[in-house]
Amino acid sequence: MNDPIIAIAFFVLAAVLLISALAVVMLRNIVHSALFLALAFVSVAGFYILLNAEFLAAVQILIYAGAVMILLLFAIMLTQRANTPMSNVSNSQAGLAAIVAAAVFVVLAFVLSKTSWLTGAAAVTQPNTEVLGKALFDYYVLPFEIASVLLLVAMIGAIVIARED
Amino acid sequence: MLSLNHFLLLGAVLFSIGLYGALSRRNAVAILMCIELMFNAVNITLVAFARFLAPAATASQSLAPVSTVGQVFTIFVITVAAAEAAVGLAIVLAIYRTRRTISVEDVDLMKW
Amino acid sequence: MLTAYGYIAIFLVIAIGFGIVPLIISLRERQTRPDPVKLSTYECGVETIGPTWVQFRVGFYLYALVFVIFDVETVFLYPWAVAYGKLGLYALVEMFVFVLLLAVGLAYAWRKRALVWK
Repeated sequence: MNDPIIAIAFFVLAAVLLISALAVVMLRNIVHSALFLALAFVSVAGFYILLNAEFLAAVQILIYAGAVMILLLFAIMLTQRANTPMSNVSNSQAGLAAIVAAAVFVVLAFVLSKTSWLTGAAAVTQPNTEVLGKALFDYYVLPFEIASVLLLVAMIGAIVIARED
Repeated sequence: MLSLNHFLLLGAVLFSIGLYGALSRRNAVAILMCIELMFNAVNITLVAFARFLAPAATASQSLAPVSTVGQVFTIFVITVAAAEAAVGLAIVLAIYRTRRTISVEDVDLMKW
Repeated sequence: MLTAYGYIAIFLVIAIGFGIVPLIISLRERQTRPDPVKLSTYECGVETIGPTWVQFRVGFYLYALVFVIFDVETVFLYPWAVAYGKLGLYALVEMFVFVLLLAVGLAYAWRKRALVWK
């Protein structure tokens, strides 16, 4: 974490991520927003690599930049009658929303500045996929099985809701 | 140079951007996109905690090593986010089929 | 280990440059003399029939949905497979329950004819 190149990588990735996130909420055309969302997902994968979480970086690309983006783009293509440049405009409470978001950020930043975290010794460990799998199947068996029930419910529910007739 | 606070602050900024978008967009699909941004902000903070926090922070025998807890949590968050996106977008499609609009300002049946 | 990703960063920069630089050169060097024929929309050399933005069928969404669910299943299968040597029989039973539950979902989608292309 003390390599200046890693710091440069962090700030470049942060710039890409925040600019693309702002583009998602600011652009008027929802197709452009969706494409910038894909860029944001990929740059989050870059942060996972910086944090020694290679498996999660791969998962991020696979699930978010791959699968969830496909769902979102299909939903856009199914619900947009024309490629209107005004398909993603803000509603009447945009000013209020900006105030709320700014307030949430101020509170979070204040808490961050006041909290002293117990950082240190864990920083040398390198959790790889095998350690992750062992933790998942030794300590989180029940959440793992519940996740399968959740996915089953989501699949059946979404099919029932989305089907025509 | 880079510390935990860098990543936490980044997560806070990303979360606030997503929150602003989720509250201020009119298109229901755009709102779901902004919620995905907020999920990603939380995931960044979870992985950063897993990377930086000392083992003493969760010194309990019943928990996995702290360096993996955050990553396992992130996997579950991603699972829930994918399920949420699938069902949420199915609901948006159902609304579009009956109302021919997905503007959240027009779908106000339960408003008072 | 982290430095290995430096090559990916270099590759990324070159790839982006490969796409953007020709666009910039083309933008600077080309002549723009538009006329109605040049600006007309065409597809494979003929005029398009109807609007180019077509409404997709919901069948696409159902396919994408099933794909997403099984994509998420892969996320759990992968660390399971990597750590399998250290986990033993219990983990095998767990994974069978997991896959079986999702197979029920696939059977439901099949039974409900969500995968039929009408």
